[in-house]
Amino acid sequence: MKCSEFLQELTNYLDGVIDERTKAELDDHLAWCHNCYVVCDTTKKTIEIYRDSQLYELPEDLRARLRSAIVSKCQAKKKAGPERV
Amino acid sequence: MSTIQPKLSEPVSDELALVQAAKDGDVAAFEELVRRYDRNVFRIAQHITQNREDAEDVVQEAFLKAYGNLNQFQGQSKFYTWLVRIAVNEALMKLRRRRPERMVSLDEEVKTEEDSLPREVADWSPNPEQQYSQAELRDILTRTIQGLPASFRTVFVLRDVEGLSTEETAEALDLSIPAVKSRLLRARLQLRERLSRFFQRREKDGNGKSKIARGDGTQ
Repeated sequence: MKCSEFLQELTNYLDGVIDERTKAELDDHLAWCHNCYVVCDTTKKTIEIYRDSQLYELPEDLRARLRSAIVSKCQAKKKAGPERV
Repeated sequence: MSTIQPKLSEPVSDELALVQAAKDGDVAAFEELVRRYDRNVFRIAQHITQNREDAEDVVQEAFLKAYGNLNQFQGQSKFYTWLVRIAVNEALMKLRRRRPERMVSLDEEVKTEEDSLPREVADWSPNPEQQYSQAELRDILTRTIQGLPASFRTVFVLRDVEGLSTEETAEALDLSIPAVKSRLLRARLQLRERLSRFFQRREKDGNGKSKIARGDGTQ
């Protein structure tokens, strides 16, 4: 297996959606190819860091404000009845 | 090497009942759906628009549009996937309005010079995120993901940050499954490459290459 072939399968490999035979080939490649091992390992870390990063959390006060605006507009829509085309 | 563990999502068994109640005019039921997903919609919207005010608008507009079109929701997909689809469209509209000079499309095939094999293969420090303060790390992660094309960024956020499946991401973005997979691979590799500049093992850590564990990640 070439490194380029390994990379093509990287996403499926990390997501665990490959058949046993392909997985064995990829594991074999990883066992001797240092560069692909590092790429695979640091790609996994990249995903985990972003997943755990809590970027753009919605602050509770803003959250409450947005929700009450949404709910009051929904109530207004409900009173107005179904939209006619 | 172990696989990525998907984020656990809350049980959604009562969701269809909430949607049905909302369709029948129960605003409190819809409010519960808002409460369940507003944070996700906000994150997705801010990742796409890269602007906080726009993201706030998207949250309101997406939920109001969902409420007004509840009868269109047939229940073949999850409510959340349907809602994300609406939110992504609203967010892309904002982005296009703000940057009319740049065509923003999820369909475009984005070719970038970083598509070739990774160039930076230096290993990272053991706990790279701990080298930086919370604020510094947040800044690094934000700037790095903002540098990706919108079409890659959106796929990465839905799949890897929000935990949608490949199929759900394809449905929410109206893309084919191979298109989602190809964008996801390139997004992951580009982010990895860019983060390597901040996280790679420094000289004082010793020459990491000879110490790298192989195969199962154990020494």
